Amino acid sequence: MEAGDLVTDVVIAGVGMHPWGKWGRNFVEYGVVAARAALADAGVDYRDVQLVSGADTVRNGYPGYVAGATFAQALGWTGARVASSYAACASGATALEVARAEILAGRCDVALVVGADTTPKGFLAPNAGERPDDPDWLRFRLLGATNPTYFALYARRRMALYGATERDFAEVRAKNARHGLENPNARYRKDFTVDDILASPMVADPLRLVEICATSDGGAAVVVVSADYAKRKGLDNAVAVKAVSTVTPAFPQTVIEMPNFATDSGVAVSDSVTPFKDSIAAAAYEEAGLGPEDLSLAEVYDLSSALELDWYEHIGLCKAGEAERLLHDGDTTIGGRIPVNPSGGLACFGEAVPAQALAQVCEVTWQLRGQAGARQVDGARVGITANQGLFGHGSAVILSR
Amino acid sequence: MSETILKRAPAIDGWFTIDDEPVLLGNRCTTCGTVWFPKASFFCGNPACDGGEFEEARLSRRGKVWSFTDAQYQPPPPYIPRSETYEPFALAAVELDAEQMVVLGQVAEGVTVDDLEVGQQVELVVEPLYADDDTEYLVYKWKPVTS
Repeated sequence: MEAGDLVTDVVIAGVGMHPWGKWGRNFVEYGVVAARAALADAGVDYRDVQLVSGADTVRNGYPGYVAGATFAQALGWTGARVASSYAACASGATALEVARAEILAGRCDVALVVGADTTPKGFLAPNAGERPDDPDWLRFRLLGATNPTYFALYARRRMALYGATERDFAEVRAKNARHGLENPNARYRKDFTVDDILASPMVADPLRLVEICATSDGGAAVVVVSADYAKRKGLDNAVAVKAVSTVTPAFPQTVIEMPNFATDSGVAVSDSVTPFKDSIAAAAYEEAGLGPEDLSLAEVYDLSSALELDWYEHIGLCKAGEAERLLHDGDTTIGGRIPVNPSGGLACFGEAVPAQALAQVCEVTWQLRGQAGARQVDGARVGITANQGLFGHGSAVILSR
Repeated sequence: MSETILKRAPAIDGWFTIDDEPVLLGNRCTTCGTVWFPKASFFCGNPACDGGEFEEARLSRRGKVWSFTDAQYQPPPPYIPRSETYEPFALAAVELDAEQMVVLGQVAEGVTVDDLEVGQQVELVVEPLYADDDTEYLVYKWKPVTS
């Protein structure tokens, strides 16, 4: 078998979610609901699952750290193997990659990937305790630097470099609000005008409250199987996994990243490296043998309205500085050339950290199968997800029909 | 406030000086020359370097604003608020030419985002972060250069 053949060998047989919200219940409940929905969608019996791959949550005690085992026990022990992955916001993609690798290695045919979270109200804060060696703790103590601090630095930089405006950012948010209106899994299903958004309180200048991703409860699950198994069982609605990218930055990383105090220094290195956010999708395109011109849609991590514009450029939809034009031309709206975040994105979901990268995969799967209802992208054939987790975790998944 | 004169101490040891012309204290790999802030220890993070010895490096006191923002809402713990009524503050990421790095810090008290722009020159100062009964803990901040 040629190495390049491997990527066609893993398919998504089923996807499922527990709706996003602020439900205040145990995260395991959301994960089980999502898992059962994905299994039903796939037409796969849970007892046929050979690997349960969980995406961890770090805010729900020990069961959150061993998410694979937690979900396996909740669904009922069957002797299946388990794996648990933590990669911050990219945890879902890492858990998916673990499952895919096991299938590609021939160690199993059927894997269930699950991520779910219950989140506290307000800013995501570090875990309690005095931890002066942990940069994520120190940035709050010494600088009062929250997650929106970093999102806002990128937004203000975009304004200075490319002339982006607060109105441009509000237009991204308004687009995503329209996209998410009909999404039954979205937490926020409210139409916002640009003026509504510009009237929202400023949190981290130039970003306003409704432009910054909230924290949510939610769960998402994906059933991945070998193409051979799908064929044997007649699972003919499967979607091919063409690539999973879980790359890290290359040294020197010259853009300030959460939770760091500083960038790397470039003094000792003369060669330039691909910026981290550009490298995430690039690795996925390379593996899939596809490029941005092949995409029908993209689900990107809009932790802020402004950040979605950065992603247009990082995943190659346009050159640096052209994202505002793409937005204004309607290219990234459903019905446009390359709709971005047809699900409504984080703007309509809020972030349920370990579930979020899997939620992106669920949306692309529904889109490629033509099951996205009022938010359907016509004739969708190829979709990409892009995401980044704290401490250098890239994540991108390319799926095709 | 009592009349007690508080001792002054850095909010974290070894990251910056608290004299009249404060500097950030990083370190430099003696093998490849890469500068680190906060200081590297035990190993150099340049993948082409297997160095593990460092000399202290006093970083440039002045730099250019790479970007900036503010905190209109009180950050969660372990941030320690200085007053009962929350006072918003600004933050800036600052490019240091000689070190080819960007360092994030709060901006000096009284300076708002309206006073800042990308590319502007700033310099390092130290200001109180929080205090207990006998000590005022200081942190480095960036302040626009006026002269």
